[in-house]
Amino acid sequence: MKQGNTLSDRINNSLGKAQNRQNFRSAMSGLMEKRAAQFPDDEKLAKLRDRGREIRANSLRNLPYLLIELEKTLTENGIQVHWANNSFEANQIIVCLLQQNDAKSVVKGKSMVSEEIELNSFLEGHGISVLESDLGEFIIQLADETPSHIIMPAIHKTKKEIAELLHEHFPELPYTEDVDQLTQSARKILRNKFNQADAGISGVNFAVAETGTLCLVENEGNGGMSSTVPPLHIAITGIEKVVEKLADVPPLLNLLTKSATGQTITTYFNMISRPRQPGEKDGPEAVHLVLLDNGRSKIYGNSSLQEILHCIRCGSCINHCPVYVQLGGHAYGTVYPGPIGCALEPMRLGINKVGGLTSLCTLCGACEQVCPVQIPLPKLINRLRAESVLRRADYTSLIGAGSMRKPLESWGWRIWKWIYRNPAIYRVFSLIVTRTRELIPARMGRWARYRFNPKPARRTMHELAREAGFDNE
Amino acid sequence: MGKPSEIYFMATCLADLFYPKVGIAGMRLIQREGIRVVFPQNQTCCGQPAYNSGYREEALDVARSLMSCFPKDIPIVVPSGSCAGMIRHQWPELFHGQPDAQNALNVSKRTYELTQFLVDQVEIELDDLGPSITVAIHTSCSSRNEMKVASHIESLVSQMKNVTVVEQERKAECCGFGGSFAIKQAEISGAMVKDKTDAIGKTEASKLVSQDCGCLMNIGGALRKQKRTIEVQHIAEFLWDRVYETG
Repeated sequence: MKQGNTLSDRINNSLGKAQNRQNFRSAMSGLMEKRAAQFPDDEKLAKLRDRGREIRANSLRNLPYLLIELEKTLTENGIQVHWANNSFEANQIIVCLLQQNDAKSVVKGKSMVSEEIELNSFLEGHGISVLESDLGEFIIQLADETPSHIIMPAIHKTKKEIAELLHEHFPELPYTEDVDQLTQSARKILRNKFNQADAGISGVNFAVAETGTLCLVENEGNGGMSSTVPPLHIAITGIEKVVEKLADVPPLLNLLTKSATGQTITTYFNMISRPRQPGEKDGPEAVHLVLLDNGRSKIYGNSSLQEILHCIRCGSCINHCPVYVQLGGHAYGTVYPGPIGCALEPMRLGINKVGGLTSLCTLCGACEQVCPVQIPLPKLINRLRAESVLRRADYTSLIGAGSMRKPLESWGWRIWKWIYRNPAIYRVFSLIVTRTRELIPARMGRWARYRFNPKPARRTMHELAREAGFDNE
Repeated sequence: MGKPSEIYFMATCLADLFYPKVGIAGMRLIQREGIRVVFPQNQTCCGQPAYNSGYREEALDVARSLMSCFPKDIPIVVPSGSCAGMIRHQWPELFHGQPDAQNALNVSKRTYELTQFLVDQVEIELDDLGPSITVAIHTSCSSRNEMKVASHIESLVSQMKNVTVVEQERKAECCGFGGSFAIKQAEISGAMVKDKTDAIGKTEASKLVSQDCGCLMNIGGALRKQKRTIEVQHIAEFLWDRVYETG
């Protein structure tokens, strides 16, 4: 969680930033178009999504076994595996590895899991300098912000803002708003750091149990540099990222790049299978993988919510979310924003902490339509809403289940039920509503801030239907 | 299944109190095709408002009361994608593990959204007698994404030869209604409906038609608040007026 303010403060703050909203709107429209252009054939797309879902479902079904196999194959390949229950353990493992190797400076490839455990601030607290090498992450780090999107972390920034930021931090560089020149400047700054860094840290997109291979998808070459140039490479990922076999990777990769950025394939696709071998001229001398749980096994144990772990983090649900496009990522206040965030974060962090996220959804279903592995996001968000107002939580419930149940609201629904489940009471109720229609003010309540209130009809459809002679049975 | 000889008509609670003419128009359109229309007077609501707010016990009680209105094995037609979607796709989850789960499944399987029923089951053919008009169509999210019947309203409007259809920008985007979302997240909902009305305002349309009263209440209410002259109308009333109420 960032900032101490409330969800509604952040929402109002985000809605007030006209420029930001325009940036999000044009970026998301562009991404939607690019994705659509990559999937011109509905039938083929449906088949591919079925395949994607099947692969992820299979991975999850066999998760415990695949993780054991993954540890075995990685170890055989010379990659050391570490298990972390939570952020604290993951951070401890990483800092110990760095200290053992006397590493003082780290370059990082993009990793949302490292955001999840707030690795950067932890390492800096231990006197280790961290540099984000993904251009977007680099910009965010300079600005001392958090990502506003899981794939495009600096999507909320304009090129002018980025130009000013670079100039402020690197006054020796000439000021420019030319995108190519800006990229070149960043490239030069980063290139030096790669050569000087004592260690590289990266995420993982797919971990292949069969072969002990860590796959890393990226566009800038920084992932490859982070994982090969420094003498030590530490990869970190969530336990759900494992897939059974190498043959599972191509369909998922295909779905991932097309869904995420509308690319047929990314510029780079790294397959990390072992540290440098005797006689080899490059590559890190040691490779480690940190497998992070951080609430995932608890989600795994809940069969009605488990599907969220199918996610391959393409961000397509975010790109297509009509709420996200209004707000951007920071309003959510969590590492993962948008539909995936509204579903995953309350499961991971507890409803008592971030249950409010489930209200950032109209249940329109746009996300589910584009999810490459067909996660029923609206259904999961709706289940979380039920969980948040649960009357009696039991051992299967999530952390904080029932914590959002408010007396007034629950009484309201009880009265609603009393009226609507009893046709005779409803008849009286509807009679009163229609006969007092003139008393209903046109501009009352939150609804009327942006619209006129609807006026009840003079007579109900029940009455009109009776009068028109429609049979009752 | 083809064209049945009789059907149940489900008003929806919103149309019952606010837009009863929508239901009457829908029933008459079906009746004109030689189908007997039954309107169970004990019907109230499908349970969706409580269900989408997390109050499943309450939703279940109300849904169960509605279910008892449809004992005969005939189709149930609903003039709303979201209420039809609730019965068709959410009732199985809502009733899961309940003694009457099988009955709920049976009811859900014979539930149709109105335009879906008119196009797929009735294969309706309509003669447009109305004046020339330019309209935009808002396919509700539940019709599009949940019921997957977005094309049905479009095909019905395309039968109206004096109607020109224009497409608003980001046609498929949610209007920001979302039931209690419009109250709970009023500011976001307001921003969404502003984008929606702006997009509609940029077209030449003088009317917006949709198959969901919820969207129309939201978009129509915002259009009026903004003093725009574009009217909104439910597809059932739109068709009925043009085919049977003109000239």
